[in-house]
Amino acid sequence: MALALLLLLWVMTLATAFLFAQSWLPSAISSGALRADSHLQLSLAILGVVFVLAQVLLGWVVWRHRERDGTASDTRSGSMALEWGSVGLAAVLFLGMNLYAAKSWAKHSFVGASRAADVIRVEVTGQQFRWYFRYPGPDGHFGATKPELIDASVGNPLGIDPDDAAGTDDRVSAALVVPAGREVEVVLRAQDVIHSFFVPELRMKQDALPGMETRIHFRADKAGEYEIVCAELCGQGHHQMNARLKVLPEGEFARWQAGGAQ
Amino acid sequence: MTPQPVSAAAPAGVLRRYLFSTDHRTVGRQYFFLSLIAVLVGMVLSLIMRVHMAWPEVRLPFLGQTLPEDYLAYMTMHGTLMVFFVLTTAPQSAFGNLVLPEQIGAGRMAFPRMNALSFWLTAVAFVVVVSALFVPSGASQSGWTQYPPLSVVRSTGAGQGLGVDLWIVGIGIFCFASLLGAINFIATVLRMRALGMSLMRMPLTVWSWFVTAQLTLLAFSVLLAAALLLFFDRHMGTSFFVPAGVVVNGVVQKYAGGSPLLWQHLFWFFGHPEVYIAILPGMGLTSHLLSTFARKPVFGYSAMVFSTMAIGFFGFLVWGHHMFIAGLSPYATLAFATLTMVVAIPSGVKTVNWLATLWRGRIRLTTPMLFSIGFVSLFVTGGLSGPILAQPTIDAYLHDTYFVVAHFHMIMGMAAVFAIFAATYFWFPKLSAGRLMSERWGRVHFWLTFIGAYATFLPMHFLGMAGHPRRYAQIAGSAEYLQGLLPLQTWVTCAAIGLIAAQFIFLANLFWSLRRGCVAETNPWNATTLEWQPPSEALVVYRGAYEYGVVRDGRDYRMQSEE
Repeated sequence: MALALLLLLWVMTLATAFLFAQSWLPSAISSGALRADSHLQLSLAILGVVFVLAQVLLGWVVWRHRERDGTASDTRSGSMALEWGSVGLAAVLFLGMNLYAAKSWAKHSFVGASRAADVIRVEVTGQQFRWYFRYPGPDGHFGATKPELIDASVGNPLGIDPDDAAGTDDRVSAALVVPAGREVEVVLRAQDVIHSFFVPELRMKQDALPGMETRIHFRADKAGEYEIVCAELCGQGHHQMNARLKVLPEGEFARWQAGGAQ
Repeated sequence: MTPQPVSAAAPAGVLRRYLFSTDHRTVGRQYFFLSLIAVLVGMVLSLIMRVHMAWPEVRLPFLGQTLPEDYLAYMTMHGTLMVFFVLTTAPQSAFGNLVLPEQIGAGRMAFPRMNALSFWLTAVAFVVVVSALFVPSGASQSGWTQYPPLSVVRSTGAGQGLGVDLWIVGIGIFCFASLLGAINFIATVLRMRALGMSLMRMPLTVWSWFVTAQLTLLAFSVLLAAALLLFFDRHMGTSFFVPAGVVVNGVVQKYAGGSPLLWQHLFWFFGHPEVYIAILPGMGLTSHLLSTFARKPVFGYSAMVFSTMAIGFFGFLVWGHHMFIAGLSPYATLAFATLTMVVAIPSGVKTVNWLATLWRGRIRLTTPMLFSIGFVSLFVTGGLSGPILAQPTIDAYLHDTYFVVAHFHMIMGMAAVFAIFAATYFWFPKLSAGRLMSERWGRVHFWLTFIGAYATFLPMHFLGMAGHPRRYAQIAGSAEYLQGLLPLQTWVTCAAIGLIAAQFIFLANLFWSLRRGCVAETNPWNATTLEWQPPSEALVVYRGAYEYGVVRDGRDYRMQSEE
């Protein structure tokens, strides 16, 4: 039976390592996504070694030291060297991994989007069970919104205040349209419950909460159409709450922008 | 309950003996069977969910077709039952009560009546929580985490009315019962140990129950407070968790000034220690059983004690890692990420010590030992995905995907359940009237469950890496990129059906052995701790808990009470 356990553990370990080595990730379309992928691959490699060592050793020890006639068990009950050694090794391994990852986290999150004029600013609003994308228009400013004005049936799903001049040129879109290669700042809001803005190809996810704004920024380099889904349980239509991210070449984006401004 | 004079000698009535007993063994058995009922309900719910995930059109007998809202209600109940009434109740309350007083030579818990009260409140809590499945509007659909405003504003979904109220009341009662239980455990360990049972002679099972009780006391009091605030928000016009300007279905809600993040902070301040409440008793038991069946002292006893305390302590400092994408400051995120990595250190120490305990032992592969070895394997597998999720850069992608579902089902689900199985097989003489479970069927149960656990939960990592969000009722009707993942989801469902089917072997073995199992000797596993010694002997403890391996008088162990 010890042999069966050893074989099962080893086969399971091999299968796990093999399966994790397959490419499960969707394509990556931003430098941030590539950075997240390389962190993930590195972590999987390091932890994979620990995983294989531990499981293989477990299987081997169980088989090697199974009860047999004429063997006596060792009575050693501890070793300070082993304890402190494993503390030290685990500390170096895990805290080192953390420090290494912290660098890229800080680089991306400790600074907001650049203040340059060519940054695209979009306000993304989650509502049970759809997304709205608002562009500030040529004036570069979002108009004020009022909860009591929210009414999709009169074409004002975000409750944009008609008395605020900044809002008159705001454009509300059902898809997130951005130019390739330019930085985009997304301001996330929610009208009712918590939603989460998730674009797998950007490796990016951020909750949208009622009553507060959260911000993320990204630069999609590869033109194409991608999907935006909701990642925070928001009610019975949670799984249907998706929208499109359209990354357009610069010229096409300019045309789209001009079309909306009319 | 009819009040009766308290007298140990008086012949007790049936009610008093079996139902409202203050005997800790009876209370332990009651907890065990309560969590057995809860696990069966939770398991059936998971089966319905898995079938719906793979074949959304299927009509089930009695239930008909599962709708997305039903799926979310079952999911909420599955999580709630498994976390509270199985993983909190079975390892700590059931086996702790059953064994701890004997293991420290106390003979009883410090507050026997409070103990009975604690069980009966838990039973009431269970009935209240489960009753939500039978009310017309259905159970809550907002998950066991109950994030507001979804859990506060009734018009956000069908189950968000009475369903959430029953959840809050049931969990509130559960919290209170857990606090009583925790006080009892702490007082018993600190005040009732036999002569000579110093803290550093205590079995590691006792250490982990002791530390778990302290976590329970601190964590559940916070959840109780948070649940009360949630109730106030729903019914008393307060606004702790809901800000101004919330509009549901075109109706502006009358709330102002609250923060949904406040709930998340309070909930996870409870929720993360809760993970350790579920797993620490399993870790203690695993150390105990590996030593017992390797016929070798626990390797690094004091390192095990201190790592248990370290895991408990750091467990309170890492709640923010559940909120990396919730809108925390990126600086706070970094601090929580670092503290989370710190937890990996004592966990690593434990794993090294488990392997070192097995090293050069004389390993007897009994059923409880097989489940303990399975625990180590699952603990490693489930534990190592932790440092991946602990890195915010990666978590921004994997958060709220099936990768997380895989992670916590491997470690908090399967590893903890393996410890519960090990405890059931090992302490069955205490659970039954001195009988043992069938070893042969126990082994069959182990092999099928071990393979089933990996077959079910390992592929969920890949669903997560492919970007499959969790808590999706079905793939049909959701994003296009998920459609290709249906075959993998179907695989998981098939594996889960196999895993669930294997549990009937356990159930049959359990109920058959209760009446017809082999009668156990006084000390059937040749163990050292006090629960296995004949009850008549005077209790003085002369040695530590793990004196195995030195053969004298034809025995390779010394009981703690031997001079």
